[in-house]
Amino acid sequence: METTREGIVCNNLDQMDVVFERTKVLHDTPTSYCPGCGHSVAHRLIMEVIDELGILENTIGVAPVGCSVFAYHFMNVDMQQAAHGRATAVATGIKRVLPDKIVFTYQGDGDLAAIGTAETIHTINRGEKIVIIFINNGIYGMTGGQMAPTTLEGDVTSTTPQGRNTLIQGHAIKITEMAAIMDGAYYVTRQAVNSAIAVRKCKKAIKQAFQNQIDGKNGTNFVEIVSNCPSGWKMTPIEANRKIDEEVIKYYPLGDLKTPPKGA
Amino acid sequence: MGKKLLMKGNEALAEAAIRAGVKGYFGYPITPQSELLEYMATNLDARGGVFLQAESEVAAINMVYGASGTGTRVMTSTSSPGFSLMQEGISYMACAELPCLLVNVVRGGPGLGTIQPSQGDYFQAVKGGGHGDYKLIVLAPNSVQEMADLVYLGFDLADKYRIPTLILSDGALGQMMESVEFPEYNVEEHLVDHSSWTTIGRENGREQHYITSLHLLSEKMEEINIHLQDKYKIIQKNETRFESIQTEDADILIVAFGLSSRSSQKALELAREQGLKVGMLRPITLFPFPTDEIKHLAQIVKGILVVEMNAGQMVEDVHLSVGNNIPIDFYGRMGGMIPQPDEIVEKIKDLSKQVKI
Ligand SMILES: Cc1ncc(C[n+]2csc(CCOP(=O)(O)OP(=O)(O)O)c2C)c(N)n1
Ligand code: SF4
Repeated sequence: METTREGIVCNNLDQMDVVFERTKVLHDTPTSYCPGCGHSVAHRLIMEVIDELGILENTIGVAPVGCSVFAYHFMNVDMQQAAHGRATAVATGIKRVLPDKIVFTYQGDGDLAAIGTAETIHTINRGEKIVIIFINNGIYGMTGGQMAPTTLEGDVTSTTPQGRNTLIQGHAIKITEMAAIMDGAYYVTRQAVNSAIAVRKCKKAIKQAFQNQIDGKNGTNFVEIVSNCPSGWKMTPIEANRKIDEEVIKYYPLGDLKTPPKGA
Repeated sequence: MGKKLLMKGNEALAEAAIRAGVKGYFGYPITPQSELLEYMATNLDARGGVFLQAESEVAAINMVYGASGTGTRVMTSTSSPGFSLMQEGISYMACAELPCLLVNVVRGGPGLGTIQPSQGDYFQAVKGGGHGDYKLIVLAPNSVQEMADLVYLGFDLADKYRIPTLILSDGALGQMMESVEFPEYNVEEHLVDHSSWTTIGRENGREQHYITSLHLLSEKMEEINIHLQDKYKIIQKNETRFESIQTEDADILIVAFGLSSRSSQKALELAREQGLKVGMLRPITLFPFPTDEIKHLAQIVKGILVVEMNAGQMVEDVHLSVGNNIPIDFYGRMGGMIPQPDEIVEKIKDLSKQVKI
């Protein structure tokens, strides 16, 4: 091994142990996400879980409109692109006619908690046996940084130039808490991807959610991932990840909100 | 053919769909189509399919989208306001080329309107309805028997061309009872192999399939549009269906579809009793529209009367077919009113005078 201006160069690769390999369930292509964006990490975790659980051959993903609209170019699983807000309805259609398949959605906060609120609530209320991955980055990334239903009080966006005023724009919505009180929910958790520890915990939660579906558990598995949007927040990725620790998870605390009773 | 049954139009349509192998029905209650939803709720699960009452028509059409993407025969049904809510999803399906059967049991509008029958959704049905350049195959039954027959055709055409197909019915056809016979139909023989594009998981490690209507590059999006337009041209060429009634010796041609063709046919008989030579052309497919046949008949007859249950929508397509070569008159009732045969006869007489018969 030698250190050069390009970094560390290894001359004897075959003598080294492989400790990490990119999962083949991710397409071997650069993503369209901004540097430091949580979407990339979330994609990798989900694909690793699908790989590790050996469910690639019967998994169908649904990604609606948002920065992750091209998820099918990055996630190498069968996928459907859904209309803005309708991912869980699309997933319901798939799961109902093919109940033995593994179905997941991947949705932003605008998608899941604003335009798609009715679909979200009713999908969980019916206890659709799917996994919902909810990327909460507190902003509309794709359309250029407008207020999301999850934008925190006081945060400046292009449509809250004076900062979100709860008297005018309402409160940052706690849809995951709403999910957790519904009888149709089987597993509800809030995770993050802004640090190594958070990423490890998040992956464990995603794996649990998929395992529940594989086991045919009765209800919806809902995984919120508190994420960032360095571009929309107008911060460096490091500043953005710090904001998550210092502000976002104070309002949106991490951890499981609903776990199945033992033996269920 | 099986035995004759007395059924409501909505129920006959639902029964035909089950016999045609529908495996998923997603819908939301709205008068005057609710019997269809209820028939599915009662029967579909027991006969090998899935019924689900959605939380809205928006959700329903997107459930249809998802299920169709697995290659399953799926459908939804609604009435006018609900059909408006479905337009975004239908546009997505048209672009992604997802087959399905849609049913609009039309009621009088605009707005919440009335639950009485209407043909006010003609434009919405045949000109696209949602955003972008797309078309649906649109079938217009005029009897309970056709409410059933056109279901089989609708599913077959949807599968053949990978296109959403719409049955444009109305509140009266949905509610009225007539006798109906269900034809022999072997589902297996009619199913199309969609396995080259469906999303059901990458079985045996095959390459990824994905369904999308997003193509950010304009060059690519234009290509998709050209492909769709080419498909519509083939459909126009091969799938036009209509019924001609006593057109051979006609001086006056009525053009009417669906329920208004029933009043018009009665008017035709009354007028003939009075010595007026009246014929009728009834489009069964509204898209593709029987343009060539109407153009042909326009060379034979002296005047055309279009009868509709709206302010004059299909009449525009008749004008486009015929040009200004002969007089084209229009008679319509709106808001749930049905044109009566004697009213139509008066119109025929007026037109006859105008063209000096
Ligand atoms: C019906 C409809 N309305 C609006 C849009 C525009 N639009 C696209 S993505 C988006 C918001 C996306 O925000 P979010 O769901 O939070 O995902 P992110 O981009 O932040 O990952 C909007 C409003 C659309 N595509 N369709
Ligand atoms: S705009 Fe925001 S959410 Fe979208 S890719 Fe960039 S950083 Fe990620």
